Amino acid sequence: MNFLKSSVGRKVLMAITGQLMVLFVVVHLLGNSTIFIGLINSYAEHLHSLGPFVWVFRLALLAMVLTHAYYGIQVTLENRAATPQKYAVNRQLKVSLAGSSMIWTGLTLACFIIYHLCHFTARLTSDVAGFAGQVPGDVYRMLVTSFSHGLTVFVYVAAMAALCLHLFHGIQSFFQTMGWNSECSLPLFSKLGKAVAVIVLLGYGSIPVAILAGILS
Amino acid sequence: MSSHNEHKSMTLTLIVWRQKNATAQGKFDTYTAKGITEHHSFLEMLDVVNEDLIKGGKEPIMFDHDCREGICGMCSQVVNGVPHGGQERTTVCQLHMRKFKDGDTIYIEPWRARAFPIVRDLIVDRTALDTIIQAGGFTSCHTGGIPDGNAILISKPDADYAMDAAECIGCGACAAACPNSAAMLFTSAKVAQLAALPQGKPEASVRVKKMLDAHKECGFGNCSNHYECQAACPKGINVKFIAKLNREYLKAQFA
Ligand code: HEM
Ligand code: SF4
Ligand code: FES
Repeated sequence: MNFLKSSVGRKVLMAITGQLMVLFVVVHLLGNSTIFIGLINSYAEHLHSLGPFVWVFRLALLAMVLTHAYYGIQVTLENRAATPQKYAVNRQLKVSLAGSSMIWTGLTLACFIIYHLCHFTARLTSDVAGFAGQVPGDVYRMLVTSFSHGLTVFVYVAAMAALCLHLFHGIQSFFQTMGWNSECSLPLFSKLGKAVAVIVLLGYGSIPVAILAGILS
Repeated sequence: MSSHNEHKSMTLTLIVWRQKNATAQGKFDTYTAKGITEHHSFLEMLDVVNEDLIKGGKEPIMFDHDCREGICGMCSQVVNGVPHGGQERTTVCQLHMRKFKDGDTIYIEPWRARAFPIVRDLIVDRTALDTIIQAGGFTSCHTGGIPDGNAILISKPDADYAMDAAECIGCGACAAACPNSAAMLFTSAKVAQLAALPQGKPEASVRVKKMLDAHKECGFGNCSNHYECQAACPKGINVKFIAKLNREYLKAQFA
């Protein structure tokens, strides 16, 4: 059976694409955090000065998201088909909320990614219409304008909560899928993954919340 | 053994899955188990209920069992939502009624997975596990003279590792517990055991691929790394063997 049909092969693809996206998420967070030291505009300009590389990155990320989501949905459908009848009583000893909601947090992330690109990348939504066409323009002002709306802040924080849950299970899962676990490393990777997941939530969440609270204005 | 326990007898309510055959519609029936002592094993408790049923001219509750000492892997019941009942490293035949209290209600269900069709009541067909082993869970060897016991040296850590994996009794509780019905713990135990030993190494890459193919073709799901299997496994097979299987599979891509 070919790698892309096999159970482990597809999981490895998901794990690698997922983990590369985690790397991106962490780097993106570091970049965004420059807002707290007043450097986000120059950070944005630096990024855009990379010219065609920006598009190479974007296409690579797109390929990763699509591969990951495609196999995530496929594998989940197979798993459901493998369990046609549920138990009347099902006491689970180990399965976590994060683990069993991977498909739902994943699909939430897919919706968020589309919205986020329409919002701050393409600037199609009404709150940032004034910034459309500027590349990159005054990113700081754009963020402050946008996150002065409670609903927008809520959507971003909720999406980061979904990401946090996804990574709560996902990061340790990556190490196991790649076969890098031993009896003693598994609990360590599990703690590491949960820590990264919480840092991602707090880090990303702090920006819109700080703006809404008037700490950044 | 304290003397007052000897007189204690429990009455329990059992809610048991009854199903005539693979295609029939199954349903839960309720039974009362009377005169159960804390020294009865779970299966002996069912024996007591079945004797009453037979005396009353009714069909006894069918369940799989053989050794009743936790080594054959035949017993297979989901007790109150956990395969083998949830006592650590214990098969359901070794689960004792002292774990229950007078008046308890106990749900008893068969393994549920597409790959394990129900034969009758609590008995499921676990041929799929044999199919996976037949696909590669062995070492090919030529017959001949008796090999010299010391001709192939195996280090103590390797031998221990292989023995830990070899503890699997093939009961299928891992797949029954898995929310995806993946029998990955079972498959990985054999892959890891043989891959750790010099006798198993030559066929390691063919073995892991063939066993994984068979696993999928039998209708088991994919592992999502929930580790529910390890918690339910009566032999405490560790999920590090699944990591080993993944490693072996990746290595096999380059072999
Ligand atoms: C775009 C929509 C997404 C969908 C539909 C999705 C879906 C899934 C699903 C269903 C799983 C579990 C698969 C299984 O084990 O059964 C999973 C695992 C994972 N996801 Fe996502 N996901 C998405 C986005 C993301 C993003 C943006 C990241 C990272 C920032 C990510 C990181 C991971 C990681 C690291 C894993 C664990 C990989 C493994 O199985 O070893 N996912 N995803
Ligand atoms: S790994 Fe454990 S639960 Fe699975 S078949 Fe072997 S003994 Fe049973
Ligand atoms: S009957 Fe043999 S292990 Fe339970």
